[in-house]
Amino acid sequence: MFKRLTIGLRLVGHRVIDRIWRFGSATRFFMYTLVLSGESLRRFHLTIREIYFTGVLSLIIILVSALFVGMVLGLQGYNTLQKYGSSEAIGVLVALSLVRELGPVVTALLFAGRAGTAITAEIGLMKATEQLSAMEMMAVNPIARVVAPRFWAGVISMPLLAALFSMVGVFGGFLVAVPLLGIDDGAFWSQMQANVDFREDIVNGVIKSFVFGVTCTIIALFEGYDAPPTAEGVSRATTRTVVNSSLAVLALDFVMTSFMIGV
Amino acid sequence: MDRTTLDLWVGIFVAAGVAAMIGLAMKVGNLTSSNLGVTYTLHAEYENIGGLKVRAPVKSAGVVVGRVADIHFNDQTKEAEVTLNIDTRYHFDRDTIAPIYTSGLLGEQFISLQPGGGEDNLKNGDKIGKVQNALVLEDLIGKFLTNKASESNDKDKKAE
Repeated sequence: MFKRLTIGLRLVGHRVIDRIWRFGSATRFFMYTLVLSGESLRRFHLTIREIYFTGVLSLIIILVSALFVGMVLGLQGYNTLQKYGSSEAIGVLVALSLVRELGPVVTALLFAGRAGTAITAEIGLMKATEQLSAMEMMAVNPIARVVAPRFWAGVISMPLLAALFSMVGVFGGFLVAVPLLGIDDGAFWSQMQANVDFREDIVNGVIKSFVFGVTCTIIALFEGYDAPPTAEGVSRATTRTVVNSSLAVLALDFVMTSFMIGV
Repeated sequence: MDRTTLDLWVGIFVAAGVAAMIGLAMKVGNLTSSNLGVTYTLHAEYENIGGLKVRAPVKSAGVVVGRVADIHFNDQTKEAEVTLNIDTRYHFDRDTIAPIYTSGLLGEQFISLQPGGGEDNLKNGDKIGKVQNALVLEDLIGKFLTNKASESNDKDKKAE
């Protein structure tokens, strides 16, 4: 009787404990990666190889999306600003929204989809085919050899990708505003330069993208490392990577923004 | 893939990323001109600074000559003390007036320095004597209303 009454509560309790346990093991995994990253920095070509797979191969999707996001911002911003007779402020609007928010956040979301899933699937499959166990048999630590280079590659790639995203996005906004909508070239840049602050806006954007880089990469690595060694397990882990990274990025973005704006 | 081509691609990627960061700083953030060179400080006290903020521009004849470095409330005089950083290339005499203006109808507020005819120049740490408070819309409306009220009172008296 008592058991039947409390089944709902026990279910909730089990879920919560499970989440906390996973979070704890993810944190331990993160610390372990940091401690064992000496080798990936000493044998830097391992990291360079991973930068190629996570950073360079993500360039196309990042740059194309950035161009379109910038152009859409230009069109939408013009449409609204024109009603208030301040269509020259479009440069400020495009630059601030890209540098502060869209650059880091959209890059992180695309990165989670493009590179994060690849990392999870790769490591999950390595685990399923017992390559990681084989490494341990040969006294090679799989975290130092496989996980840490991927981690540092993600952390290095993300701020660079976000900076490229913002720059190309501003260029996309410029393409729409100046040649297409006929806004004055000088007003576009000068208003932008007068209102975008180096420390407050650009450096904060870089800090955000760095944090997102750490978050997205470590989630992707952990999900892969933690995946059950079956085809279904790897596919679920890949899904969880995208969902968890996206949620973590958006939540962290809110927290960091509230600190940076200083409410 | 061959290791040298891989290195090349990563090199291109990192260089492009760093260039984008520098480009953002220079072209978008305007790091070069927002940091003034060597500056000296001037002080000014206002009864009301309106919406003036730290880092707001200080302009003379429309050209940015400095920035607002610090704003705080002086408990003795009950006024706002504003510290200005002015580029050492520019000099202002002792009769300079420093009103707070608004750029456009709803734009940001800035301090305008209007040189007078004084002989000596203001030095580092000097206080600007002549100031003019920020325009506060509520005050204006209040004055307008009292004017209207007194006008209608006058009319009533004449009618009697």
